[in-house]
Amino acid sequence: MSARPAGLPRWVDVGLIPACNVALALGVAGLIVLAIGESPWRAIRIMVTGALGQGEAIGYTLYYATNYVFTGLAVAVAFHAGLFNIGGEGQAYIGGLGVGLAMLALDRLLPGWLLAPIGLALAALFGAAWAAIPAWLQAYRGSHIVITTIMFNFLAAALIVYLMVNVLIAPGSMAAESREFAPAARLPMMHEVLGMVGIKVGHTPLNLSIVIAVAAGIGVWLFLWHTPLGYELRAVGHSERAAVYAGIRSRRVVVASLCLSGALAGLAGLNEILGVHHRLFLNFVAGAGFTGIAVALMGRNHPIGVGLAALLFGALQQGGAELAFEIPSITREMVVVIQGLVILFSGALAYWLRPSFERLFARGSG
Amino acid sequence: MRQTMATMALVLAAGTAAAQIAPAVVYSMGEKFDGSFNEAAYRGAERFKTETGIDYRDFVVSNEAQFEQAHRRFARLPANPIVGVGFLQTAAVTTVAKEFPALRFTVIDSVVDLPNVQSVLFKEHEGSFLVGMAAALAAKSGKIGFVGGMDIPLIRKFACGYEQGARHANPRIELIQNMTGSTPAAWTDPARGAELARGQIDRGADVIYAAAGTTGLGVLQAAKDRGKLSIGVDSNQNHLHPGSVLTSMLKRVDLATYESFKAARDGSWKAGVRVLGLKEGGVDWALDRHNAGLIGAEMKAKVEAAKADIVAGKITVHDYMSNNRCGA
Repeated sequence: MSARPAGLPRWVDVGLIPACNVALALGVAGLIVLAIGESPWRAIRIMVTGALGQGEAIGYTLYYATNYVFTGLAVAVAFHAGLFNIGGEGQAYIGGLGVGLAMLALDRLLPGWLLAPIGLALAALFGAAWAAIPAWLQAYRGSHIVITTIMFNFLAAALIVYLMVNVLIAPGSMAAESREFAPAARLPMMHEVLGMVGIKVGHTPLNLSIVIAVAAGIGVWLFLWHTPLGYELRAVGHSERAAVYAGIRSRRVVVASLCLSGALAGLAGLNEILGVHHRLFLNFVAGAGFTGIAVALMGRNHPIGVGLAALLFGALQQGGAELAFEIPSITREMVVVIQGLVILFSGALAYWLRPSFERLFARGSG
Repeated sequence: MRQTMATMALVLAAGTAAAQIAPAVVYSMGEKFDGSFNEAAYRGAERFKTETGIDYRDFVVSNEAQFEQAHRRFARLPANPIVGVGFLQTAAVTTVAKEFPALRFTVIDSVVDLPNVQSVLFKEHEGSFLVGMAAALAAKSGKIGFVGGMDIPLIRKFACGYEQGARHANPRIELIQNMTGSTPAAWTDPARGAELARGQIDRGADVIYAAAGTTGLGVLQAAKDRGKLSIGVDSNQNHLHPGSVLTSMLKRVDLATYESFKAARDGSWKAGVRVLGLKEGGVDWALDRHNAGLIGAEMKAKVEAAKADIVAGKITVHDYMSNNRCGA
């Protein structure tokens, strides 16, 4: 995965080719925009300024990116162990449930500086626990991880609907939502933090979770490439039989890597519940778990790549919303098409341009 | 700064002419043309546009974080009044209405207790009671079905009213209930709706009531394919399969949207809670030329009698949400 093909300078491989892929995708998207009778230039301008134009746009982009970093890292870690974890959606959902249960129980008893770490721990713990069952089934019973993790997404959704509708619903509430947490139980919002040091930005859902996301990225990098367990994990991913031959207990590694993966996904629940909404409700993950798969693939399963891909997807999500808002004839479905094209060109067709570049550079250097 | 500008613009608008309003709608999750809930709000806005020539803005969200974003974007234009369709927008309307106290917001299916918010609730249980009676009276097998979207309190409210109406007409009626799923995809899955409807028909259901957004279209189709009857929801869906859709439970989201716009234009817009039941014309059962052949004189008389009794307060339909149970 991380091996670099010979014959291309690194900046071409990690910089120029992805940029060309995105440009191609936007070019095709532009043709579609033209076909429905709108100006592609205007559409692109709205998308870019909508995602990165001013403080508030950047805030929303980074807020979406925070979720994608967590779920993208989750997929990447499992991938390094040779496992395809499609259960990020459910693990994030259950992670958020863990945070919510803890806050509903403790928010009136403990101060905020204690509640935040408890929320963090429980988000990770619940996410890990939800991944642990498919992990155990994979390691010790041979049930395929793709099947079990995807099934666990549905189990998570069913469990939370049951709990929200029958147990946790706030009395007299129309929606299946819990009561709002006490004011102590929330992560500081970024516009509040920046406001304290004198920088004024608009009101956005961006909160301190993004710092945790950056820390998680660094942590994953240190873990995978600088610890014995990380080495074992990658060894199992490259060749399980060779790893076993080398004395690695591969089953334990499988369980450990998926638990770590689930814990990372669970943190997306922390962002939504403790960071943004401060109450439990249905479907707060909103597809971030699935987007994480595309983010990890596009980021080549490296924390830096995941971070960049998460930023791109966050910008697409936010810029797309602005586009649908500003040009009513470009509907929400059209925005999904544009996002899909970017994924197609930079994910699925990522290596499509490489032979041309290789020829180009071979000629240049030869 | 922006807020002051919005306030100033509003003051100016109010000063010049009552007609100068810029209304906006934020639809609920799902599609705009769902043939049901969102589409009703769209029709209300369109009616206002045709009658007054005043254009409006609208927005369909793709995730829940966008509700707040959409309301704030509209508030900055400034749009006024802004209608939020569906209870999912409760938190968003609360936040944004506090930030823009000079603008007027209307939230449908939920209550936001602020001086610049109008909350519109519907007595879906009363309308569902009537279609439940019609279902029980039309079902020769003595069995009727219900297909809901997600298992949430609002849908249980529909189901509970339906069951009470059916029992009122036929105490021995048998009710088969299914919910489509536990994710929001449950509102947009006609294939699964059709599957559930076929299952209920196999178990003997003669009439099936769908309260499931776009999923309901599959239920209506399956009932038609098997020569059974169905009941539509929110919008009048009788015309979708004339002769097969027994009736529709009308929830006049269009009226709520239209009236909010119109009241804002006429200067009679008021904050507070509006509860629209049978009495207020907020819910009803749909009678038109498409289902005239299905509703016999006797059925019509019985249902209309019950309707008059509910309006007069002689029959009280239990509201699931009053105690989160179907039953007092």
